[in-house]
Amino acid sequence: MNRPPVLIPHAPGTNRDAEAALAVAAAGGDPRIVAVNELRKRPRALSDYGAVLLPGGFSYGDALGAGGRLALELRAWFGAELRQAARSGKPILGICNGFQTLVKSGLLGSRTFTLSANAGGRFECRWVTLRIEPGCSASWLAPLEGSRIRCPVAHGEGRLAVAGAQTVTELTKAGCVAFRYLASGTEGGAAANAAGVYPANPNGSVDDIAGMCDPTGAIVGLMPHPEDHIADWQRPSGPPGERGSALFEAFVDAAR
Amino acid sequence: MRAVAAGGERGPDRPVPDGRDAATRTTRIQVRSAGDPEERRILDAAAQLGLTGLTGCRRWTVYHLEGRLSAADVARLCAEVLVDPVTDEDTVGEPPAAGRVVEVAPIAGVTDGAARELERAAAVLGLPALRAATARRYELSGDLDDDDLAVLTQRLLANPTIERSGSGELAPSFSPTWEVAPAAPPVRMIGLDDGRLAGLSRQRMLSLDVTEMRAIRDHFASCGRDPSDAELETLAQAWSEHCVHKTFKAEIHLTHTRADGHLEVSRHDGLLDALRRATAELEAGWLRSVFVDNAGIVAFDDELDLAVKVETHNHPSALEPFGGANTGVGGVVRDVMGVSARPIACTDVLCFGPEDLAEADLPAGVLHPRRIRDGVVAGIGDYGNKLGLPTVNGAVLYDPGYVGNPLVFCGALGLLPRDSHPTAPRTGDRIVVIGGRTGRDGIGGATFSSAGLDASVVDRAGSAVQIGDPIVQKGCIEVIERARDRGLYNAITDCGAGGLSSAVGEMGAELGAEVDLGTVPLKYPGLAPWEIWLSEAQERMVLAVPAEKVAPLRDLCTGWEVELSDIGSFTSSGRLVVRHGACDVIDLPMEFLHHGLPGRTLVAEHRDPAIAAVTTGSPPAIDNEKLLLDLLAHPNVASRESIVRSFDHEVRGGTVVRPFAGPGADGPTDAAVLKPLGTWHHDRAVALAVGLTPRVGALDPWAMALHAIDEAFRNLTAVGADPARVALLDNFSWGDPTKPDRLGSLVRAVEGCVEGVRRYRAPFVSGKDSLYNEFDGRAVLGTLLISAVGIVPDLHRVATSALTTCGSDLWLVGRGSDHLGGSLAAEVLSLADARVPPPVGDPLPRYRAVHDLIAAGHVSAAHDVSDGGIAVALAEMAIGGRLGLRATIPDDAADPGARSPLGTIAALANEAPGQLVLETPATARGAVAARLGAVGRRIGTVTGAGEIEIRVAAGAGGGPATPIGTSGDVTLTVTDARRAFGCRSPSP
Repeated sequence: MNRPPVLIPHAPGTNRDAEAALAVAAAGGDPRIVAVNELRKRPRALSDYGAVLLPGGFSYGDALGAGGRLALELRAWFGAELRQAARSGKPILGICNGFQTLVKSGLLGSRTFTLSANAGGRFECRWVTLRIEPGCSASWLAPLEGSRIRCPVAHGEGRLAVAGAQTVTELTKAGCVAFRYLASGTEGGAAANAAGVYPANPNGSVDDIAGMCDPTGAIVGLMPHPEDHIADWQRPSGPPGERGSALFEAFVDAAR
Repeated sequence: MRAVAAGGERGPDRPVPDGRDAATRTTRIQVRSAGDPEERRILDAAAQLGLTGLTGCRRWTVYHLEGRLSAADVARLCAEVLVDPVTDEDTVGEPPAAGRVVEVAPIAGVTDGAARELERAAAVLGLPALRAATARRYELSGDLDDDDLAVLTQRLLANPTIERSGSGELAPSFSPTWEVAPAAPPVRMIGLDDGRLAGLSRQRMLSLDVTEMRAIRDHFASCGRDPSDAELETLAQAWSEHCVHKTFKAEIHLTHTRADGHLEVSRHDGLLDALRRATAELEAGWLRSVFVDNAGIVAFDDELDLAVKVETHNHPSALEPFGGANTGVGGVVRDVMGVSARPIACTDVLCFGPEDLAEADLPAGVLHPRRIRDGVVAGIGDYGNKLGLPTVNGAVLYDPGYVGNPLVFCGALGLLPRDSHPTAPRTGDRIVVIGGRTGRDGIGGATFSSAGLDASVVDRAGSAVQIGDPIVQKGCIEVIERARDRGLYNAITDCGAGGLSSAVGEMGAELGAEVDLGTVPLKYPGLAPWEIWLSEAQERMVLAVPAEKVAPLRDLCTGWEVELSDIGSFTSSGRLVVRHGACDVIDLPMEFLHHGLPGRTLVAEHRDPAIAAVTTGSPPAIDNEKLLLDLLAHPNVASRESIVRSFDHEVRGGTVVRPFAGPGADGPTDAAVLKPLGTWHHDRAVALAVGLTPRVGALDPWAMALHAIDEAFRNLTAVGADPARVALLDNFSWGDPTKPDRLGSLVRAVEGCVEGVRRYRAPFVSGKDSLYNEFDGRAVLGTLLISAVGIVPDLHRVATSALTTCGSDLWLVGRGSDHLGGSLAAEVLSLADARVPPPVGDPLPRYRAVHDLIAAGHVSAAHDVSDGGIAVALAEMAIGGRLGLRATIPDDAADPGARSPLGTIAALANEAPGQLVLETPATARGAVAARLGAVGRRIGTVTGAGEIEIRVAAGAGGGPATPIGTSGDVTLTVTDARRAFGCRSPSP
């Protein structure tokens, strides 16, 4: 099987690139970490790659709001190319800071939702359980719909907030909600939503939303870190399984 | 001369198109986010201060822009960068009138990352170049008078060390444009007598004594000239306690008065040498580099080594907790980068005054322990999280001994290929600085930290405290790893205390060096040459680079957006020569700089406290069950989740044992286990732990050292580390060593460390002392932190503290004591017991046995017995595992069966070293019993009943077997224990 090249852009302050690369490689992809600064020099820089993974970290120190500065560069330098890639079905995945960047760049759809400071007012690191939402429009997530991933969150600005009372309903109906936080203690058992309750919903996200996809279904973003659960020994407790590996396998498959 | 914005990259100055307003003008934009949790936090914190009149707080971020911007440009910046369309509201121009207003802005020259990124964002958008500055605006409502506002500002909203504040709109202060001070005349020293020399040292804050000042005077007298200000400052930095550890190299005469009045007089020729010798005697083949470089280096596997270092950042954290801790993390990570290692983890150990200290008991000039804690925690998280390093292990301790002198220990672990760290600069190598620019920050940090604190220190410290910029350092990490692998440098060091002065001076000590300060990139103009030379601006590394490799290194730096400058070269002159353009600044022989410091002879005294055992009277009137709940709820035991979860302990995907364990991840673990990225092809992992027992030290500093080593050692063993491969680090935080009593206890603690190396066969690989931790003449509680690094042979064979299985056996390894001196129970019950539990004489057999059992897969949980004793240890295992237990604690009193006035308290809550609790499957009972032999006893069973039932064996305390509650009933449920402990997640 061919190993499709996966671009992992690195901006100053990116820091979960190496683990993301490991997860991509383990899933059969060929990860390439490239500095945004270098990428910018190449015309049609994205055409060499089958997929793009925006990793976690603190791009530019999150100095103008998490992901805001990188979002500006993404839009200014790669916006058209990224939209074109998405239309042609290349998967684009943003994790944590990558998700924040995608949201703020507008690549995940109209700016009716955003990621704000955690309700608890501080950075929060803990393991959560996610469900890949049935009915989400991301075609490359289709094989995983309804399945679960356990992995850590580690962020200070991960509270998904929406503009109006109807927004969540509309986003859900449009298939744009890709991941939700599940209640704790549900490993292997019934899949109840976190119902907004801390710590299962670690940041106060509306309707337990942990990740989104765009209307084309190619661009997906989530706050938690599935790349930090690709081996059983990484989990803190509970039975083995519900790893993040499945997400990367689907991602790499779609990049082929 | 036109000023350049702080750290700013300027966009091209392009012609202004038609229709634009071409005038440079200043625009003010303020932005507020709906649902900002910080607004609520301020209301809560104000209420805690007693300012209940505050009923509302609106927090705005203010951006000041200066440039040739049209209204459309400003609107674009707002829409594309500054204002989130979902949550934010904004005002452009003067803000509408509001009730009470406080604005806070960084003092000129303090890192303002948002301003820098805003300038760059404008360039990305193709807008005209601009200068930016930021501020915070608080609009406060409620019943507040001017005094309330002053208290709020002072206690919550601003810190004068780094920020200015006002009640109303603050004018922006763009990057500073100080005038360059005129070249200073030489400092007159020749001919000065002792009194004047001492005066000169005080006046210039050199922290040098008269003998040292005389040596400098005589050196320059022999040269026939007086020193320049830069030469004198360079010597003061190089000879500071912080840089050369004068006390640890001094000849010390100790008079030790034993408890029985017996006097012992001893001479110590260098405390540091004593530690080195003890380590050398072990002849441990897995040590790669100890005590000589920025960090200690030990073997990890067949190809890779581990670098480890722990530093203190006490003085800065006392003044500016966020910045102090922030740069503490940055500094220790650079130490690890300074041995060519890739940093892979951080640790932190924090000592604060009591969190409930009454405002009235707060000395003038001291920040409240809560504020210090919150700032320090935020500063550590900010730096470690942004560097992408897991902060995996540490401790938090509250004690009145830290009110005036909080302690912040920051540790870092790194990984490097064996023999990949070059350490020999060559004549002709270029002196290259990479990373941050140099500013007027952190000047005099080394001398500042070599003196005590008092209420005037904010003025004195001046710019000694800084805010870090972790993103710049992250770039340096990437560059150095690649430069090392491509062989682009011959030597490397971090720019820490003393700045370029120390880095270049030390790197060129055997050669000579020439530097032109005019080539050093500055954050802003206006620095005098000596300021450039001495600045401790963060995030800089110095490398010795062969001339032909400067270009490839520069290319590498460009790719990672790291600034590089070539500031001079190493020579064979044996002299340190520094110029600024055409001006001579420094010309000193390396020999005098590094070997001219006169040795010190110091006098030390130590007096063991009289044995004041609790031998008479009746047991304290407390229900044992209440005691256990009080111990669990004590700030030194209770859950640390609210602090620790604000640190990323998962980044890099290698965390095997994390700070919390159990199904709800809320039981405290003993040590961290990490599997480094890049080593997934084998099963070996690294473990990190700490030991910290300062309450014991107040009674017996020698015993403290052994207790702390034991604690670190048993924590490592508990998670599965091999006791034959433990490396230790020491950090001594002490008072003024020129006072004999402070020095006496320090010498005793070092003697304990030396004894510990022998008993545990564990070498010290690195260490650091932080002395002069005094406030208004009162010394800090003398504190020795022992950090330990171990090897876990198989990451699948680890243990955590959380109970796992109903019906399993519980074992106690080690023996208790009826001495409660230094214990938490003694503090909680106000017992005056001066008897410290004796250190363990032969600790290794028990730890080898525990390790063998874990390695064989027989141990399903393990937990060390420390603060609060075995009752707390058992309760914590139940809390984490959400299971019950039934245990009978043996009677380990020196005189078993004797009636003790402590009743059963000593058995339950003694903190004798060498004790661990194990959970093992009942099916493995035979194997466990056989391997433990005499070092372990089976004490109970894990139950599913949800109750913690602890009995004390018949005989202890003189009575029959007694349930923990004096009523005779066992009623402590796991749920009650969890509540007392402060678990954040609900019980299932």
